[in-house]
Amino acid sequence: MRIYVCIKHVPDTAANIRPLGGTAFDETVKFIMNPYDEYALEQALRIRENGAGAEVVAVTVGKEVAVSTLRTALAMGADRAILVKTDAYFTDSAETGRLLHSAISRDGSPDLILTGRQSVDTEGMQIPYRLGVLFDMPVAVNVVAFSMAEGRVTVEREIEGDVREVIDMTMPCVVGAAKGLNRPRCPTLPDMMKAKKKEIRVIPQADLGFLAPVPAVELLGLQSVPDRGRGKILEGDPEKMVRELLRLLREEARVL
Amino acid sequence: MARIGVLIEAREGEIKKTTLGALTAARQDPKGEVYALLPEPNAETCHQVLRQYGADRIVVIQTPEADLSPFPEGQAAVLAAAIDRFQLDALLGASGQAGRDLLARIASIIGAPLILDCLDIDFPSGTVRKSHFSGKTTATLRLNSRPWILGLRPNIIPERIDPRPGDIVVYEIPLHASKRLVIREVKQGSSGGPDVSEAEIIISGGRAVGSAENFRILKECASVLGAAVGASRAAVDAGFASNALQVGQTGKTVSPRLYIACGISGSVQHFAGMKTAKVIVAVNNDPDAPIFQKCDYGLLGDLFEVVPALTRALGPTQTK
Repeated sequence: MRIYVCIKHVPDTAANIRPLGGTAFDETVKFIMNPYDEYALEQALRIRENGAGAEVVAVTVGKEVAVSTLRTALAMGADRAILVKTDAYFTDSAETGRLLHSAISRDGSPDLILTGRQSVDTEGMQIPYRLGVLFDMPVAVNVVAFSMAEGRVTVEREIEGDVREVIDMTMPCVVGAAKGLNRPRCPTLPDMMKAKKKEIRVIPQADLGFLAPVPAVELLGLQSVPDRGRGKILEGDPEKMVRELLRLLREEARVL
Repeated sequence: MARIGVLIEAREGEIKKTTLGALTAARQDPKGEVYALLPEPNAETCHQVLRQYGADRIVVIQTPEADLSPFPEGQAAVLAAAIDRFQLDALLGASGQAGRDLLARIASIIGAPLILDCLDIDFPSGTVRKSHFSGKTTATLRLNSRPWILGLRPNIIPERIDPRPGDIVVYEIPLHASKRLVIREVKQGSSGGPDVSEAEIIISGGRAVGSAENFRILKECASVLGAAVGASRAAVDAGFASNALQVGQTGKTVSPRLYIACGISGSVQHFAGMKTAKVIVAVNNDPDAPIFQKCDYGLLGDLFEVVPALTRALGPTQTK
């Protein structure tokens, strides 16, 4: 059985993002594996460890520096990795889907594809669905519970208001992981040493034959969102503060 | 003349409020003709509401299966067919959990460009704005091919009455849903309240709330305020609240009209999830809490005194 885990190299969630004009931003911040993809990878590793005898392949689309996130994936326990190397930071989601599909199809035949429900950088929220159609597999996203038996997968998917759908799918299928699915492991130092010996195959984007189309969704610019300033601070007796707050919310802000 | 479809979501026979916001957004196209797409059978009262909020036409979709709701692949296939049948230039919907799932399925089936969680849409230029890096930046994106599939962040555009004829068009499609994916069961969670990503008012608690039991005071306040309860990552990771309630970079992104943060210091990650709230109120007993530097109103005090005081002041009769 072969499991492909699609991951993304993204700025740390604690990093401040500084736009530098046009579509550029300060890329010198710390980068990490997209947090939702960690849940996906952890699930793949658990399937392998539970005796399914799976090979786990981590795949990403990104610039050369994304190799560091693939190393993290290998240190967590992925068997090998593939980088589809792009020149630009931003790639249209539909294009990313095609590149992942093409790279995976060339490599082998997936029994299961796992990825995060969304990336925390571009928040396109669509890669699992694009892969589902390209591979002709069923897809479930926002998955917080997963089990697999006899060629079928059962997942719980979180929908609105703390409500969950229980979904049965045939395999092969695509799963978009969410927080709550598991607790991703932290690689140890020996894990990291071992990861250095594992294979990372680099495929230039151009080799997959998708150079220079006008993207269907084109990023024109990036603007920072300023925080609002210091608020009007009330203090003193709680009852009085609350009365004043309600007056402000009703008369000044007009939100009540 | 552009034909704009709007994906209509209903719950218990009532059109969802976030869907009405999508209708209003569709009406912002000066040359648009708005098609309300009803994927499931709905009552006449729903049609009246759709007319009131600006549907030029109401497309009632009929399939051999009476109920497609256990088959999201089938629902998406039917809606993709409707886009083709009515030659729609765009399909808009609310980007809540349900809407974004269906919109992404539809866009993938037809290979159309998809932008979810849009903050606004400029129809003449074909550009939209959405958050990148979880609310830290706003991206401007241009759509270079049609049909556009767009999900609008819930509550970002307030719904507006704009009556239109809303002629009924019945669209019968002889499609049998694929059964390779089936929703077998829908389980209600423990929190029971409205979903944070669609709520208009949210009261959230942080680590300072101290325990799952103490979240009760927020729930009581939420019920008199007509609000949803949210939580910071710290509160969720400490086990005080379920994952479904988490607001922030690795939780849900929200745009309520009022966000009340109780005992939340105001990390970059938390703000990423609630920055677009219209009004932010912070309750914190630490005068140096960073949240006071980026809110609209701050209450310097103990949340265990302030929140119950707020509940009492609003009284048990308040429903909105």
